[in-house]
Amino acid sequence: MFTMVRFPVAAAFGHGPSSTAWPMSYLTTAGPRADPVTALVWGLILLSIAVSFLIAVLVVWGVLVRRVPGSDEGVASMAVSRPAGGLKWIWIGLVPTVGALVVALIWTIYAIRAVDSPGQSPALTIEVTGHQWWWELRYPGSSPNANFTSANEIHIPVGEPVLIELKAADVIHSFWIPALGGKTDAIPGRTNLTWIQADRPGVYRGQCGEFCGLQHAHMALVVVADPPEAFEAWRQAQLRPAPQAHDTVRAGQALFDAHCGACHTVSGTAAGGIVGPDLTHVMSRSTLAAGMLRNTRAARLGWISNPQALKPGARMPATDLSARELAGVESYLETLR
Amino acid sequence: MSRPGATRPDQAGKEATWEGARDPRIVDATAEFPGPRLKRIWETKPGLLGWFATVDHKEIGKRYIVTAFLMLIAGGLEALAIRLQLSRADQHLLTPEQYNQLFTMHGVTMIFLYASPVLSGFSNFLWPLLLGSRDMAFPRLNALSYWIYLAAGVFLYAGFVVGLGPDDGWFNYVPYASKTFNPGVNIDIYALGLILLGISTTVGSANFVVSFLRTRAPGMSINRVPILTWGTLTASAANLLAVPSVSLAFFLLWMDRQFDTHFFDASQGQPLLWQHLFWMFGHPWVYAIVLPAMGMVSDALPTFCRRPLVGYTPVALSTVATMALGFGVWVHHMFATGLPTVALSFFSGASLIITIPSAVAVFAWTATIWTGRPVIRTPFLFFASMIVLFVIGGVSGVMTGSVPVDWQLTDTYFVVAHIHYVLIGINVFPVIGAAYYWFPKFTGRMLNEKLGQWNFWTMFVGFNLGFFPMHLLGLLGMPRRIYAYSAGMGWETTNLIVTLGAFLFAFGVLLFLINVAWSLRRGPAAANDPWGGATLEWAVASPPPVYNFAVIPQVVSRHPLWEDSLAEGEARSSLTRGLLLDRGRETIGTTPLDGQPNLILEMPGDSLSPVILAAGLSLVFAAALGHAWWLTGLGVLICVAALITWFWPRRVHGDVPRESAHG
Amino acid sequence: MAEAIRYGQDLPVGARGRNSTGWWGLLCLIATEGSLFAYLLFSYVYIAIQRGSAWLPDPHPSLKLAGPNTLILLASSVCVWWAERGIKRNHRGQLLAGLAAAVILGTAFLGIQVLEWSGKDFSLSSGSYGSLYFVITGFHMAHVIVGIAILLCVLGWSATGAFTRRRHEPVTLGGLYWHFVDVVWLFVFSTFYLSPRLIG
Repeated sequence: MFTMVRFPVAAAFGHGPSSTAWPMSYLTTAGPRADPVTALVWGLILLSIAVSFLIAVLVVWGVLVRRVPGSDEGVASMAVSRPAGGLKWIWIGLVPTVGALVVALIWTIYAIRAVDSPGQSPALTIEVTGHQWWWELRYPGSSPNANFTSANEIHIPVGEPVLIELKAADVIHSFWIPALGGKTDAIPGRTNLTWIQADRPGVYRGQCGEFCGLQHAHMALVVVADPPEAFEAWRQAQLRPAPQAHDTVRAGQALFDAHCGACHTVSGTAAGGIVGPDLTHVMSRSTLAAGMLRNTRAARLGWISNPQALKPGARMPATDLSARELAGVESYLETLR
Repeated sequence: MSRPGATRPDQAGKEATWEGARDPRIVDATAEFPGPRLKRIWETKPGLLGWFATVDHKEIGKRYIVTAFLMLIAGGLEALAIRLQLSRADQHLLTPEQYNQLFTMHGVTMIFLYASPVLSGFSNFLWPLLLGSRDMAFPRLNALSYWIYLAAGVFLYAGFVVGLGPDDGWFNYVPYASKTFNPGVNIDIYALGLILLGISTTVGSANFVVSFLRTRAPGMSINRVPILTWGTLTASAANLLAVPSVSLAFFLLWMDRQFDTHFFDASQGQPLLWQHLFWMFGHPWVYAIVLPAMGMVSDALPTFCRRPLVGYTPVALSTVATMALGFGVWVHHMFATGLPTVALSFFSGASLIITIPSAVAVFAWTATIWTGRPVIRTPFLFFASMIVLFVIGGVSGVMTGSVPVDWQLTDTYFVVAHIHYVLIGINVFPVIGAAYYWFPKFTGRMLNEKLGQWNFWTMFVGFNLGFFPMHLLGLLGMPRRIYAYSAGMGWETTNLIVTLGAFLFAFGVLLFLINVAWSLRRGPAAANDPWGGATLEWAVASPPPVYNFAVIPQVVSRHPLWEDSLAEGEARSSLTRGLLLDRGRETIGTTPLDGQPNLILEMPGDSLSPVILAAGLSLVFAAALGHAWWLTGLGVLICVAALITWFWPRRVHGDVPRESAHG
Repeated sequence: MAEAIRYGQDLPVGARGRNSTGWWGLLCLIATEGSLFAYLLFSYVYIAIQRGSAWLPDPHPSLKLAGPNTLILLASSVCVWWAERGIKRNHRGQLLAGLAAAVILGTAFLGIQVLEWSGKDFSLSSGSYGSLYFVITGFHMAHVIVGIAILLCVLGWSATGAFTRRRHEPVTLGGLYWHFVDVVWLFVFSTFYLSPRLIG
């Protein structure tokens, strides 16, 4: 169902086909917060394979070379002796072991320092709050009018570091965009900081990395890295309040305000709830229900009429709207671009 | 018969009997003496009452092993359900709640109710035999430990079978485990059940520590004990220091949930306190459930290589070193929680250094194979393959110990692969190997060798097919603890392979159970020493007599049964000539380091106090779960009564007339 | 036989003093219980550091009751030590008197603790400080109650003449447990009552 990942963009910039096949893989990454770690991941994988292979060969070879051939008699009858020379192999084995560990430790400390903070101070800060089971995003501006709120789809300008302030509204979640960097937990009562930077335009999928309850499996988010002009255009669009509703959708808006407004906000209207995602520009987002559904008319209708069927345990209750009412709400939502 | 001076001439009258002391005679054991007499003294009365009252370490050990294997089966079935759910994308076999309870109970079962108890079972059965003693230091405590373990297992499963099992993972992080987000009784069952289990672990550990220090055969100085006892001793000492942490964490959580205290909530307390307390326990615990199994390999692998273990001293020291370092690495479970970079670097370093003592063991085993003459039998296959699985689990552990790498790896299937290589590779494989190795000593019969080889290869192939691809899943970004995933993530084929491997592995375990069931009745009778082993357990009959040793053996080397073959000194251990201790249930107490006899230990008879105390404790916990405080009070009274009976001072010492001991 | 094992001497039969397995068993119990209190106090320190000094109650906990109470508990330890010294010299009267005094002092400690509890203007559920205070001191009180119960058992057995000059293991073990409970109090006392004074 995750067809929302817009990989043509990535492919156009030479981002290999591997990332299209494995959107959550971190074997290839796309920014300075992740790349030094990816090198270390590969280094340690190769080291691990070499060590495992070496010991496996030593054990199997040793058994084959030294075994008592074709003995069907009882083990007890075989002679016991203590050939010398075994002990030195412990020390001989320890030397490369310690050497490899020292290299791993130095490389580890180097990688920690390399990704500890961005090269330039981030111009953009995004407040990300984990909820059961979606991500709230706040883009603070210089004035209250310059703030806006969104959900589950982070837009960032390409090539610039972005500071992420992590909070949790209920339980512990973990912010994780594999291609852009490792996990940082969002813990209630604390604000954790991390940063991301995408060096290539594209869509980078992420998912909650800490078990957080029934729908932990469906708590995805995406980072959309746009060229600076596109990002600025997106930002301006997000800043605008919802357009005045046309007469044709006014009935739908009234239904929305009555049934949905207690939990969802559409800025500039009576709907001001803060429990669920801000829907002011819901049509600009590629997915619904924290990355679970592609944002289509059918998906919206299905989701609104019975969220529990799709995402059991989700905080959004089923609504008892008739098919006509549902269509009205849907036509109102379609104006929220 | 009595040698002059065996009883002190000045001992006359009542006072003298209270101050009892004697010089135990050294005699040669024969078929007629003192075995039959000891049998009368040590054997448990037949019938149900005797079954509940027995304190025989061999009986308790077998109960531990059987119960732990039942738990392994339960945890395995849970795993198969999980694997079916994950075999395809967007599967709907299980609801999210069912899935969460299943993966939680799978972890709880395997980690708490199988991995540690099964090792306690082996150690309980084997320790006195390995150490040349007649029982553990505290036989009644041993029985108590088992009964509480059983009660805790039933307690933890009681909720699960009615759909109220714990559902927040075995790590049980707050605030999801708090009343606000998890209002049901599920977490309360887990909290109280684990505190109950902690009591079992603690008293069992104390028993191992004191048995190690005080009940070794004369001459068995601490550089002559089998490595298994080093492993269990180290694990037990660690448990004494670590288990209070998790018991406390669960108690405080229960207080938060039931009495509105504020230890873990974000507004007043600190959610991360849970993680510290849990992992300060959790990481040492991981070593506690592998070190005794590593000890089994260190003791049994050399038997099949027909030579002593290479590097006894480095391996024994590295066992202790692993545990000591194991207390300093808990933060590597918390690398992503936003701790300062300096602290992370320190714990990263500690997590890498802990590899070194493990490497010592790996090289010691490999060198034992290379400098020995391996004879390939089923136990050997399990032990030799364990070396490779251990290395794979070890190097993936190094990867997760590297902070920035762990930021990517943590909470993915890579970690699932890692813990299964560690826990199955270093616990299940050695345990099944040990079952093949010691089955003749447990039952007097051999397991079927041919079926054993099939058993091994099925498990080995199934295991690697099921768990090796999980590394790849982790690297491809599949998170742990998700009940479903969508197509298009690139995880489907791999997951299907994993599921097939898991079923093959389960089939391998089934072959083991079939082998046990068949061999119990039809297996060939076992000699005392079917493998030509080096240690004392092979000197006694298979299965051993109830009193273990007719006379207390005297030990002069690490390999009492190999001294003639190795011919490395003049001295020989004495197995059939030794101390006669037959005035009631007695064994010898020795000094902690040198193993010099310094006390005749009076061992308690069979007693119902342990099972009554366990029942009383279970009542306390079950009643607390339902807030039935008067029942809790009743449970406390039962416990107090059982304890007072237990500790009632013995007024007569060492003067049981020889004729009156059990007629 | 060429063994270097020392035989041919009289070995005591059954439990006796520090030579007994019971002594070692109790040391294990003390290790694990000591760890429990270490983790409890760690929890206090951890949350205190996270919350800062404003988190402490104002005014800081008073020494008016806790100070003298600490002395009472220490005195009870001296009584137990004196009692055990008595039985070692076969003075059963001294054993009984010492144990009885320790039980009375221990009970007095409990009473004063209850008084101290009732004077607090915070509760178990009013905040994390209150939770820590009542749970940690509560854990200690539970240990004092168990200790008193043990001393009462030992006292009862002593009265019936169960112990002699050389064989009085329950006195030794019960006494050691009581000393442990007292030492733990010193840590609890220092943490709650003295440490806020040090940081001002």
